[in-house]
Amino acid sequence: MAAYVLRRLIGSVLVMWAVATLVFFMLRLVPGDPIAAMLADVGGPEEIAAMKAKLGLDRSLLVQYGLWFSNALQGDLGASIYGSRVPVTQIIAEAIPRTLSLSLLSFVIAIVIALPAGIISATRRNTLTDNAVSFLAFLGLSMPDFWLAILLIIIFAANLQWLPAVGYIPLAEGFWPWLRHLILPAIAIGTAFSAIIARMIRSSLLEVLSSDYMRTARSKGLTPRMLMFGHALPNAMIPVITVMGIAFALLISGAVVVENVFAIKGLGRVLIEGILNRDYPVVQGAILVVSAIFVFSNLIVDLLYGVIDPRIRLH
Amino acid sequence: MSLLAVENLAIDVAVGEACHRLVHDASFSVEPGETLAIVGESGSGKSLSALAVMGLLSEGLSVGAGTIRYKGQDITHFDERARNQLRGSEIAMVFQEPMTSLNPVRTIGHQITEGMRLKLGLNRKQATARAIELLEEVGISDPAQRLRQYPHQLSGGMRQRVMIAIALSSKPSLILADEPTTALDVTIQAQILSLTARICRDHGVGLVLITHNLGIVARYAQKVAVMYGGRIVEAGTAAALYAAPMHHYTRGLLSSVPRLDTPRDLPLRPIAGAPPDPMQHVPGCRFHPRCAAATAACAQEVPKMEQRAGHEVACWNPVPADQTISEELA
Ligand SMILES: Nc1ncnc2c1ncn2[C@@H]1O[C@H](COP(=O)(O)OP(=O)(O)OP(=O)(O)O)[C@@H](O)[C@H]1O
Ligand code: SF4
Ligand SMILES: [Mg+2]
Repeated sequence: MAAYVLRRLIGSVLVMWAVATLVFFMLRLVPGDPIAAMLADVGGPEEIAAMKAKLGLDRSLLVQYGLWFSNALQGDLGASIYGSRVPVTQIIAEAIPRTLSLSLLSFVIAIVIALPAGIISATRRNTLTDNAVSFLAFLGLSMPDFWLAILLIIIFAANLQWLPAVGYIPLAEGFWPWLRHLILPAIAIGTAFSAIIARMIRSSLLEVLSSDYMRTARSKGLTPRMLMFGHALPNAMIPVITVMGIAFALLISGAVVVENVFAIKGLGRVLIEGILNRDYPVVQGAILVVSAIFVFSNLIVDLLYGVIDPRIRLH
Repeated sequence: MSLLAVENLAIDVAVGEACHRLVHDASFSVEPGETLAIVGESGSGKSLSALAVMGLLSEGLSVGAGTIRYKGQDITHFDERARNQLRGSEIAMVFQEPMTSLNPVRTIGHQITEGMRLKLGLNRKQATARAIELLEEVGISDPAQRLRQYPHQLSGGMRQRVMIAIALSSKPSLILADEPTTALDVTIQAQILSLTARICRDHGVGLVLITHNLGIVARYAQKVAVMYGGRIVEAGTAAALYAAPMHHYTRGLLSSVPRLDTPRDLPLRPIAGAPPDPMQHVPGCRFHPRCAAATAACAQEVPKMEQRAGHEVACWNPVPADQTISEELA
């Protein structure tokens, strides 16, 4: 088990390295010169050259890569090429709690909706309830998250004025303020996610409910609750967990869009601004962190497998 | 009063809007502590009959006619809640599929103890102690260790033994034991059959033993019902039925299994032809396409069960009672 985790960790780090390297070169292959754009109104060719030299952008690509890489290994991701040259690590350190808070809350909301919805529609298959749940799931899936985000702002922030429309309050400043600011964006992201999970739970449960071992469990005269939570769900959740791992990626990309609507300066917003400005170090740093979240959520899913399914030996 | 009395049971399957009958007019009964063997080839409706008694017919299947009485009470149309009062603690079942009938993600211990904790009100410790006793009784070594294992760590034979332990766990008065037809080799199958019969006899538990092997049940069952194509074609006490098997299918079954009293060098003779397709309507006696003694009447009208030579048979031209099996084989 320990050896397995170690091997997976090494693999994860390799994936992150590959992604970072790819992004490094791709960014620089995209036409457009950020320094020329930045200094277009204020400086001539000399100022531009001087700025490039200062930022190290005049050296060969390989040297730049080598420098970035060796710095990154020491935890130095460089600094924004703009303004007061804020260190990338600082920008990211501020963004991560926002994106993680948002993602985790959306995740929780999605599960809290999906689990009962999936169970109800599976146990009342082809009834009015099942159809209603299916319809809602379809609706949830087909609404773009930015559109849902705007709709939520209009209803709950602008009209009802129950919740704030924009901004972010750190958890350290109180649970309730934190939650109030995140709940609308989390719903906007979590809805589509919950629809996917609910459908998945439904079909997985339907398969499990008609299995031989469920018939055995029923032959013992167990209560419906014991049947569902003691026998059906533990099996039905096995394939669902994979989907959760994949859907977590979906959730992060949802965060990129929805953070912009709600003016939350999380990783998504940092990334978008960085790309628009060709702020190389910021983009590289943000991508590195996002890929880290991806590979580690995948790793966690794989480890969970071993916990929930005794037939799987991790080695 | 019989422990179980099934009368004129019919089981239907829904085919689109229509409805097709898979089991016709089946009647059988079990007295307390008695063993009834239901014998027949694949697809004859044995498992369906047992599942109907448990109220566990799968979706699309239903009881189309007849009554099922347990200890005198008509349970045919009991709802899930009422059924759950009986399942486990009154009637238990051992299923036919050892490889898939245990939950792959729960321990053996959990699967044996949960029923009796609910039904007998035992605490965890008492239930574990009883589970260990039960596993010992069904012949599983190192039971305390096994309780912590998962089904995939056990062989097919052991899983079937675990199923028997589960069936016994809540002290039922009746067990329906469906014999595995795949996944186990013949000797293990025979061992498990005799184990089931012996344990039920020792505990005074009524037993419905479902098997293909008419030869072997003679040793364990007081009563036998032979099923063919969804109907019971011959039934009675084991003694009467073995003394004078009269249905041609029963005859065929007997000569197709090795028996202690047949000479060793005699070849086994499987019944020619294939079992009928349950979805296809066959007029008259369903056995007539395979029956050497078939006459015109056989293809027209379904023979009724009638008393002959101390037991019941449904055949237009029954084998004369004085014609013994060895004569026929010779
Ligand atoms: N859900 C179903 N839908 C349609 N037909 C079914 C269904 N379940 C069973 N049958 C049919 O009913 C017939 C009787 O089935 P049953 O399982 O009782 O046979 P069996 O006597 O137990 O056979 P075996 O010895 O192979 O277990 C079979 O031919 C089967 O094809
Ligand atoms: S009724 Fe006719 S076909 Fe059926 S077993 Fe008897 S003799 Fe054979
Ligand atoms: Mg069967």
